[in-house]
Amino acid sequence: MTDTAWIDAALTSARPQAVGALLRYFRNLDTAEEAFQNACLRALKSWPQNGPPRDPAAWLIMVGRNVAIDDIRRSRKQEPLPEDEAISDLDDAEDALAERLDGSQYRDDILRLLFICCHPDLPATQQIALALRIVSGLTVKQIARAFLVSEAAMEQRITRAKARVADADVPFETPGAVERTERLSAVAAMIYLIFNEGYSAGGDTADIRAPLCEEAIRLARLLLRLFQSEPEIMGLTALLLLQHARAAARFDSQGALVLLDDQDRSLWNQTMIAEGLALIDKAMRHRRSGPYQIQAAIAALHARAAKPEDTDWTQIDLLYGALEIMQPSPVVTLNRAVAVSKVRGPEAALEMIEPLAPRLSNYFHFFGVRGAFLMQLGRNDEARVAFDRAIALANTTVEAAHIRMHLDRLMRDSQPRGSKISKK
Amino acid sequence: MLYAILCYHDEDTVGSWTKEQDATVMKKLAVVQDKLTKQGRLGPVARLLPTTSATTLRKDDPPIVIDGPYAETKEQLLGFYVVDCKNLDEALDVARELGAANPGGAYEIRPVGLFQPGSTAT
Repeated sequence: MTDTAWIDAALTSARPQAVGALLRYFRNLDTAEEAFQNACLRALKSWPQNGPPRDPAAWLIMVGRNVAIDDIRRSRKQEPLPEDEAISDLDDAEDALAERLDGSQYRDDILRLLFICCHPDLPATQQIALALRIVSGLTVKQIARAFLVSEAAMEQRITRAKARVADADVPFETPGAVERTERLSAVAAMIYLIFNEGYSAGGDTADIRAPLCEEAIRLARLLLRLFQSEPEIMGLTALLLLQHARAAARFDSQGALVLLDDQDRSLWNQTMIAEGLALIDKAMRHRRSGPYQIQAAIAALHARAAKPEDTDWTQIDLLYGALEIMQPSPVVTLNRAVAVSKVRGPEAALEMIEPLAPRLSNYFHFFGVRGAFLMQLGRNDEARVAFDRAIALANTTVEAAHIRMHLDRLMRDSQPRGSKISKK
Repeated sequence: MLYAILCYHDEDTVGSWTKEQDATVMKKLAVVQDKLTKQGRLGPVARLLPTTSATTLRKDDPPIVIDGPYAETKEQLLGFYVVDCKNLDEALDVARELGAANPGGAYEIRPVGLFQPGSTAT
């Protein structure tokens, strides 16, 4: 690492804690962010000379707070000073705060900061953008790049989101147990959204968007460190790790999607898989199942299979069945049908998804999966119709290309017959 | 005399290394490790998974299982085991058995991400 890289790393890792605490002081997102920025500037000057402080977050909070209060004083010279906000010297910033470092307070600070970004009035894309800007500290340019939009558009999106959050009542009281659980689940959902934003990228943009997956994992780990005994947070972290472990194998050199069955499993990241499996083990001890844990357990069964044919589809079918009960959704049933096709054959699977047709009539994957089942059954004409529909509904060029590959296979399969006819 | 060298670092920092940065560090470390291996002086080397994957067994009576790493500072690190287990439950069983033989204090159970058994001449 270069000389200043450790400072960057320290500032990034202290950010959620520091901005969270500053927000608690100032109760205003912009003031908190600005205070943090100013503290970072001072850190860049001070740390290379004096070495890193014992507790970088505490240092940044104290310095950020003092600088902001100085600014407020300067801009309101006529008004009396805030009484209890004593301005202390930079040097003893750390000592002054060291004693007040209270784990549980920080825990709620960080949770609040994340929770603010999940405001129900904000559309998902704004929630994610806001969290990446405020909590993760990515620059607008970085976020814009990850979302494949212009910097100006992203700037506007974040400004709007901030304005909306500023108008809303931000809950500053220490949350009760029920509230804390609610916040936790909203935040977990938002972290999963960030991950999916990166994970659903096509092969042509996967590299650009992969940082979103990594950031989501970092936030999930952060949350888990704050809430160590929450099985669903263990499940979420495990799920993200197990899915991201396959990143290097998910696209071929042309950027085309490679299905799980066809992936080169030697490219899977075994360290991430090991961590994911360990977290599922921990979560299961609590015997409080939940959607993230079940999805992680499904991902784990794939990760544990050295070859596709080793996959325990029966267990996957059962897990999807449990997920259907917990979170009934046609998409879950559709996923379950894939497992059913492996256990009981395509006929049973097809029967299972037929009732979903009205609700999934605009869903790309429905027609992709349906086409694949029909193809397995040799009903090629019907398969072709389903695949055509899928292509029409594809969200990305990668999705469309993938279905086209199926169509090409159908064409190839039907060619011998075709050539015979042409000979006549 | 065998010496254990215990590695401490900020896991956020290490965790935020890119694959390339991580590989660079590992490559540099391998140079030192290779030298020691050739001299027959390198015993087991382990890279532990993050503390979020840790579980702690407090060896009280009865023992209590707590999620997360061992966070107290009253006690000191006195030793460690490396045991091959099918899963966390099995590892906890081993820890309970050890704890029954030697109550008091705690065991932190942490999965090992990378392990080189090593061999020392002595």
